[in-house]
Amino acid sequence: MDNISRLMTLMTGDEKHDPASYSTLDVLRVLYERVLDVSPETIDDPRRDRFLLSKGHGPTAYYAVLCDRGFFPESWLESWAAFDSPLGHHPDRNLIPGVEISSGSLGHGLPLAVGVALGLRAQGVDSRVVVLVGDAELDEGSNHEALELAAALGLDALTVVVVDNRSTSYVVPGRIAERFATEGWLVTTVDGRDHQELEKALSERGLGVPNAVVATVLDQEEAA
Amino acid sequence: MSTPRRSSPLPLRSSGEQRHGDPRTTVRTLHSRPLVHDPRMQFGRTVTDLLDEDFSVALVYAEISGRFFGDAERRHPDRVVNVGIREQLLLNVGAGFALTGMRPVVHTFGTFLVERAFEQIKLGYAHQGVGGVLVGGGGSFDASASGRTHQAPGDVALIDTLPDVVIHAPGTAGETDEVLRRAVAVDGLHYVRIVEQTNRESFSGGGLHVVRRGSGGTIVVLGPVLDDVLAGTADRDVTVLYAHSVRPFDGATLRAVLATPDVVLVEPWLAGTSARVVSDALRDVPHRLLSLGTRRTELRHYGTPAEHQRAHGLDAGGIRRSVDSFLSA
Repeated sequence: MDNISRLMTLMTGDEKHDPASYSTLDVLRVLYERVLDVSPETIDDPRRDRFLLSKGHGPTAYYAVLCDRGFFPESWLESWAAFDSPLGHHPDRNLIPGVEISSGSLGHGLPLAVGVALGLRAQGVDSRVVVLVGDAELDEGSNHEALELAAALGLDALTVVVVDNRSTSYVVPGRIAERFATEGWLVTTVDGRDHQELEKALSERGLGVPNAVVATVLDQEEAA
Repeated sequence: MSTPRRSSPLPLRSSGEQRHGDPRTTVRTLHSRPLVHDPRMQFGRTVTDLLDEDFSVALVYAEISGRFFGDAERRHPDRVVNVGIREQLLLNVGAGFALTGMRPVVHTFGTFLVERAFEQIKLGYAHQGVGGVLVGGGGSFDASASGRTHQAPGDVALIDTLPDVVIHAPGTAGETDEVLRRAVAVDGLHYVRIVEQTNRESFSGGGLHVVRRGSGGTIVVLGPVLDDVLAGTADRDVTVLYAHSVRPFDGATLRAVLATPDVVLVEPWLAGTSARVVSDALRDVPHRLLSLGTRRTELRHYGTPAEHQRAHGLDAGGIRRSVDSFLSA
């Protein structure tokens, strides 16, 4: 068992969200280990890359990766979701170092990320803004408002990674990628467990267009 | 709330103008152009000035009022964003600007701003812990002929469920200019309610102003319904207090001037919205309270704003009848 898997086992009591958590694990590892320019030392640096976890449920993989990267001590994990713990079943940016947004209600992260990308652009900051959403989260219409405007304004600092574990009730194969492509996004579909593919797709940055990575995760079992 | 806003994390290009200190005492009265009569047009002018003066200010809007923002949009294309007819996005784009350290001014009609996308305010600002200046137009009955879809009498009550929200209801173009400058200069979540009804006189500064002193009951007037209250109570021995700042509520002044413990609250939005804060201010004073405002029942009538005001009993005659009945009881 590697360190992140071990860290995840320290958090118990949210088993209904286990599939959600494991589905994001590889994407989160690749982002924090290979792609994002952010560390515990730069969490207040205006030029850091931003990662926004929009799909806030099932955050054990997120917490394990942040802990592994040194954003907070391992001692926080065992008491997660206790009254005084900074770690809840949904993350709170006001309680956890390095967490960019408080999430839990679906359909807020991508619209917030559009605003963050616009704010950075207005200040001449070239940092990347990466937001993780789930395929069922795209049921929420607020996402569609955001993905249309992001393309219209050419927000090429923005990357959306859709973790597609086919959890929406009304699956239409290929719809997610087509929808982003229709709006003019750069779109790549990858195996959400393949670190090389993920790294390549997540490192890409469109020229004048935002970037969408559809990470397909069909297993719910052992990861990493 | 009233703490001067921290500056953007980045060394923003200076406009040469020093950011003022305590906004309560140093509200800037420089206007690059003279005040206009219409509060909404004044909003356009003031926000344009603020965008010129302060590079950390952004304006986010959703088609509505675009005709007032043309100059600002040309001069500051990166800081003036029209999101189209997308109100959920409107609120969250503003919050995103705030997450990068900027001060967003976010605008559309009050009903679409506060009610349609309320969770985007609750989570995007209050829960994230960032601020912004939400500017809602239309109020309770500016769009009197448009029907309920364009009317937001419940906006103040709804946004008042959030912690520490600062609510302004300016009654003149001058007050509109003042509260916008004050709201942009500080941190926190502010709601500015801009409507077409106006009072004759402008009052400078938040808190309750003593407009008339009497020895009987006290009438607390919030927002642009002061002239009707003054006309409806001209020959009554009452105290009239007025504020364009709705939250925080100036309970101290109410306590200080209270003569007989009979209070009439008049606010041109949902009746009873501010009863809570009046009760809290007088919690150790046995008192009677009459809350006047728009009625909960839908009118289902069109016509003019003045007709709506009358239908809700908020014209001079209606206020006189309610006040007389209450004070003689």
